[in-house]
Parts: sequence; C-alpha cells; structure tokens
Amino acid sequence: MSSSNKTLAASSMATATPSPTAAFMRAWDKMGMLLIFIILFILCSLFIDNFLSFRNMNGLGLAISMTGMTACTMMFCIATADFDLSVGAVIACSGVVAAVVINLTDSIFLGIAAGLLLGIVTGIINGFIIARIGINAMMVTLGTMQIVRGFGYIIAGGKAVGISNSGFFVMGTTAILGVPTPIWITVACFIVFGFLLKYTEYGRNTLALGGSLEAARLAGVPVVRTRIMIFALHGLICALAGLVLASRMTSGQPMTSVGFEMTVISAVVLGGVSPSGGVAKISFIIAGVLVLGIIENAMNLMNINPFYQYVVRGAILLAAMIFDRYKHSITG
Amino acid sequence: MLDPQASPYLQFDDICKSFPGVNALDHVSFGVRAGSVHALVGENGAGKSTLLKILSGAYTLTSGTITIDGKQQSFAGTADALAAGISVIYQELATVPHVSVAENLYLGHLPKRHGIIDYPRLWADARKLLEPLSDDIDPRIELGQLSIGQQQMVEIAKALGRGAKIIAFDEPTSSLSARDTERLFEVIRKLRDEGRVILYVSHRMEEIFHVCDSVTVFKDGRHVQTFETMEGLTRDLLITRMVGREILDIYNYVERPHGDVMLDVQGMEGPGLSGPLSLQVHAGEILGLFGLVGAGRSELLKLIFGATPRTGGKTLLEGTEVAIRSPREAIGYGMVFCPENRKVEGIIPPASVRENINISARHHFGHAFGVLNGAWEQRNAVEQVKALDVRMASLDQLIRNLSGGNQQKVILARWLSDEMKVILFDEPTRGIDVGARSEIYGLIFRLAERGVAVLMVSSDLPEVLGVADRVAVMRGGALSGFLSRSEATEEKALALALPQ
Repeated sequence: MSSSNKTLAASSMATATPSPTAAFMRAWDKMGMLLIFIILFILCSLFIDNFLSFRNMNGLGLAISMTGMTACTMMFCIATADFDLSVGAVIACSGVVAAVVINLTDSIFLGIAAGLLLGIVTGIINGFIIARIGINAMMVTLGTMQIVRGFGYIIAGGKAVGISNSGFFVMGTTAILGVPTPIWITVACFIVFGFLLKYTEYGRNTLALGGSLEAARLAGVPVVRTRIMIFALHGLICALAGLVLASRMTSGQPMTSVGFEMTVISAVVLGGVSPSGGVAKISFIIAGVLVLGIIENAMNLMNINPFYQYVVRGAILLAAMIFDRYKHSITG
Repeated sequence: MLDPQASPYLQFDDICKSFPGVNALDHVSFGVRAGSVHALVGENGAGKSTLLKILSGAYTLTSGTITIDGKQQSFAGTADALAAGISVIYQELATVPHVSVAENLYLGHLPKRHGIIDYPRLWADARKLLEPLSDDIDPRIELGQLSIGQQQMVEIAKALGRGAKIIAFDEPTSSLSARDTERLFEVIRKLRDEGRVILYVSHRMEEIFHVCDSVTVFKDGRHVQTFETMEGLTRDLLITRMVGREILDIYNYVERPHGDVMLDVQGMEGPGLSGPLSLQVHAGEILGLFGLVGAGRSELLKLIFGATPRTGGKTLLEGTEVAIRSPREAIGYGMVFCPENRKVEGIIPPASVRENINISARHHFGHAFGVLNGAWEQRNAVEQVKALDVRMASLDQLIRNLSGGNQQKVILARWLSDEMKVILFDEPTRGIDVGARSEIYGLIFRLAERGVAVLMVSSDLPEVLGVADRVAVMRGGALSGFLSRSEATEEKALALALPQ
C-alpha cells in the first residue's frame, strides 16, 4: 500500500479552477430556465394572438397554480430520488371527499378537513411503505394511485358530485387585488416550501439524504422520518390543490386530473431538480412550472391537436432528463 | 502434457500497475512451472488480487510483460485472457443463479441448431464436462440450487470447457465445508497432474501447506520471495516474509494518561460476528482494531454505532447502560463514526463543504421548528475548517471536488464538538496520501488527549502499531487476541489475524 511521492503535492490540493463548461453550468442553474421563460413569453406575445389578453393570462395563471402548488412538494420527493405517481388520484379524490362531506354535513370546514385528511393519510401510507418497508417509490405510488382513484369513484357513485354549499366556491372563484385566489395560494406555497427547503433542518436533511441516503443516515439524519414527512406533506398539498380545483369546478369530480402527475414531474425536472437526488431550489420549480405552463398555453391558443401536445410534453420531459444527465457528466 | 522441469510456463516480468496516487504492483517478477500449484500470499493490499485481475484481463498493466509458453501476451480485455487459456475463479463466483447449470457452463456460446438452442445437446455436453469433477450435479437444474461447493465445481468445469491451462483461485475455500474443501483439493491435484498451472491465493496457511507446491510472497505491491518448494518452509517463516518494514515515523506518537472505561461493549452479537464479543476502551485511549478483510471489524463498528441492528449485547458509556438503536441515538450519546467508504457512506457528494460539515450538529443549534441558525451555520463551518486546516476553494465548493484527505477532514469536522465521548474510525487514512495522513494522525492524538475514547479499525499494520496504545485483533468474526503497545509486532498481529 505504498503511495508514490510525486502525487503527494497534487492530491493534497483541491481541484484547481473549474472548466468554462462547469462555470456555464452553474450560471445556467441560476438563471437558465427563467431566461427561457422570458424568451418564450416575448415570442408568444409577439406571435400568438390573444396571448396577452387578460382572459388568457388569467387562464394561464390558474393552470399554473395547480402545477405550481403540487410541484412545491414534488420537489422534495424528487430531491430524494423518489417519485409520487398518486398526485392526480389524490387531487380527484380529495375533491370528491370534500364534496360528499359538505353535502352530508353542510359544513365547509368539515369538508375541507376531510379532503386534506385524505391527502395526508395517503401520503403517510406512501411514505411508510417506501421509507420504512423499503419498496421502490414508483411501484408503491402506482398502487396507491389506483386505490385512491378507485375510492374516489366509489364514494362519488361514479359521477361528478355537485357541491351544495356555495360558500366553498370562495377558494377557487374569487380574486384578491384582481389576481385569482388560487394563484395567491400557489405563491404562498412557493414561499413556504422555498423557506422550508433553504432555511430549515427539514429542507437540509431532504437534500442530504437525497445526495447520499447512507451517508446521511450515518451522519445522524433521521432518514425514515424525513421521507415519510415528505410524502405526507406532498399528499396534503395535492389534496389542497384538489380542493381548489373542486372549488373552481363547483363539484368533486372523480375522473379529473388523470395523468396530471406527469405534468408535475416534468415541470420539476425541467426546472432543474435532478432525478438522481440531492439538488433542488425553489427557483427551479418556479421556472419549470412557468415554462411548461407557457408551452401548454401556447399550444392551446394555436389550436394544436391535443395529441401532438402529448408528444411535445413527453419530448420535453425526455430532453430535461438527458440534459440533467449531461450536467452530471460535466460536473463529475 | 508439459514437462514440469522445463522453464516456467507462466512468467511475469517487471509487472507494474499504478492507480492515481498508489503503486499497486511494483516491478513484480516470478515464474510458475506447468504442472504445479503455486500459492500467492501477502497481507491485504499486498497486490495479489491486482495481479490476478491483470492476469484475467480485467485490468491492463502499466508496464511489464506476461509470457505464456514462451509467447508474450497482450490483453486488451478479459476475452483475450480467456482465449489465452486463463481462467480466474473468484471468491464471489461469476455465475447466473437463476439459470440452469448447463446454460451457465455454455454462457455465450450455447449450442444451436438452425438458430434455435439445441437443449438435448446442451445437456449432453454439460454432463460430459462435469463428469470428471463431480458425479452428483444435474446440469438441468437451476444453478442457484446447488451448494457453494458444487457451484464452484461448475465454475471449474466452465474453465475446463474453455480449455483453460492456467486456473487461478482467489480465496476458494472461505465458504466451503471441510468435505467440499477436500474435494476441491482433489480436483486441484488432478488438474495439476494434467500439467496445468494452478495459482492459489489464500490467507489460510494450513491449506497452502496442504495442497501447494510453491509459494510467492508479496508485500506492498512488491515481490518479496518465491519458494520453489515447500521443503523447509514454515508458517512463521512465511509470516516473517509478509511483514517487516521500516516504520516511517509519520505517526509522532505521544503517550498520554488514560481515564476510566469510556466505552464498554458487552456480549455484542449481530451480523458479521461469530459469537458474543466484548471489549472496552478507556477515555484517552486509542484502541487499534486489526484483522483481515472479512474478519468483521467494520461490522462490529456498525453494530456499536447502531447503524446495524444488533441481536444481543449491551453498551455502556461512562459506566451507564445506553440503548443505541440508530446512528442518531448514538450521536446523541456522544458517539460518532467515520465510515470506511467515504464516497458512499461519508460525504454527501452533490452538497457543499459547508453542508457536509454542518449536517450532524445543526440539530442542536437550530431555532424553534427546525429553522436554521444562519449565524451558527457560518461560524461553525469556518471554525472547523480552520481547526482542521481543510484545503478548499471556498465553503461553497462541492465536496466531491476535494482531495480524499480533505474530504476525510470534512467528515471529521462534522463531529468535533465538546460533547464527543467516543469516536469510531473505519480505515481513517484509506486512499489518503502521506502528507494528509500525518495530519490526520495528529488530529487523532489531539482527540485522545482531550479524553475521547478512540476505536480505530485499520488494515495498515504499520499504522496500527504506530498509532494505537493497544491492539485488538479480529479473526473470523471474533476477537483473537490483544497486544499492548510494547509487545505488539507485525508478526504477532498478523499471526493473530490469519486463519489457523
């Protein structure tokens, strides 16, 4: 086990100045996607009729609000190299649960509480099976996704459930200072989860265990507890998004948001959160959600066949993943 | 086949293999005659496995030549080595457990008829291949259902099927029963009598004397001596050849007073240990834990630290019994752990130096609801980096860009606090250059002087002897003996570590 002396000096020092590509990557991380959003926004304003109309901006904002909310907590999942496919199911089911409870009890409070509870419980179950029992996240959430979706259909009796108490519609249909309430809720989520990620132990532990589960565990990070919390919070926010959606649609619909998880995951990865874990920033989420939202909005305005939209979304996701891998190979 | 008195069939000349920062093999030269069983012995890291990997084509050599039957060889990969008649059978067999024995034997070249696999021929060919080795293996059954001994026979049959003239075994008997071992020896002797070259890498001295005809001793990547016959050779002589170096004084050992028993492990049981194990470390004492790979040292540390659940035993800290069921609990009691595999168990690669330092202690210094104490985060990182002299571009630099030595310091920096009572090290200087190693020893001594109890696992004999106040040796999952600093020598330690 002898070491050669001539490598002594070299290995005592840290690596010297980063290559230009690595520096570019870091600059890209900070502002790349935001820049793309701005460029796209300008292009759309110039070339697409009605893009800048109040009505369209409103619609864009509302569409982004759902993705934005759920992306905040999906960020934590992906930052720990996990996935959650049960997003759409929880959104649909929480709306249904709220609708049914409100219709039964005429209490908005109970309806909201029930919907949120559904989300939290789903999240805890997901987290427990994934973190404690140790089964792959994709498989587990694939299972819970179907269970929750089915549950929603059952209690809804297979169709949309109109909500009797119109007080519930406040969440989704009102506006504060001219901006729809759901957008405010989303902004609040950005702020809260951005804060959690950067300024709390919970956020730091998330990134640590995403960077290396074993090293984090040996360093004293409560990995099981943190992962369960991540899924529980995610379930809660998905349920919240579901409630807002039900409020906008004035009914709980068990068939809504199928495949929505793909949109959320795409936005998160597109924004720059690496699926291999350990890297995340709230600015990534904001950027990813904005860019994906604007692309979808533009495609709708241009009346592009919805089937083509599938292709575009998928292509974007793949491109984001490949780019992420490329980033990894540069920064070592 | 070949005249055993002729010049060596397999000849190594000036073989060198270096990796960044380390010379794994340094001008190794020796020859092996046809029709002989040749042992390769040496400590961990002496170079035996590296030589086998070069022979099998898994590694390319940095310089030197391998000559087989008078012809110089050049291997670009394992396929070339196989074509030259070389087969290496590793401890972890290279088999596919869920597929039949016959398919394993003919992996990659299954007999086909009109493009479809010809199963009847496959079974027949396989039976013919297995015949000389074993009469109770049915080639149609799943390989995973065979015992390890039988699986090994299949590996050997595979090698013979490829026409191997040189067969190397790397620790072949570690998972075998006595009966299977004897069977293996019979087969080895038979192969030798057919004129093949058998290389036998093992720590088990008794076996070497039982089945081998000649021995080459390695030390620190260099060839020490080749004994052409076993006549006059003893276990002690071999051990002496395996050790004995000039001990560079990079350790700067200073004696210090020891306090009461700080860490008291009683009857510890769990994976990796063959029975209940007990040991004690005093405050201010450095207990070195030596042993060969597989002796159970890392497993013991992980059991003590709570990283692996124990099946029995208790731990006392400063005389009081403590329940340690997870690393977090251990840390809460003031016990910390520096793992062996920095890349996988130590650093958080995508994170900064600052993050890697603060990860463990921030729990105790944060504000309510887990909100980080920004002032502490900065101050702590700066202090630790200064105290340990970590060389880096900035605290925000990604830790994976630091050298091994600096990474190790960062991991250590994680733990330095006044509440630390026990520190467990697993190979603290692995992969670290001489300069940084010296610094780390200095740190270890400073910790001990503060009254911390240090339990240090190391495979580096000079390091253990240079740093430890007392040496404990593990063998096969149990403690085989203790040596005080004054009585400890490399020979004694290795003698306690080698299987009997």
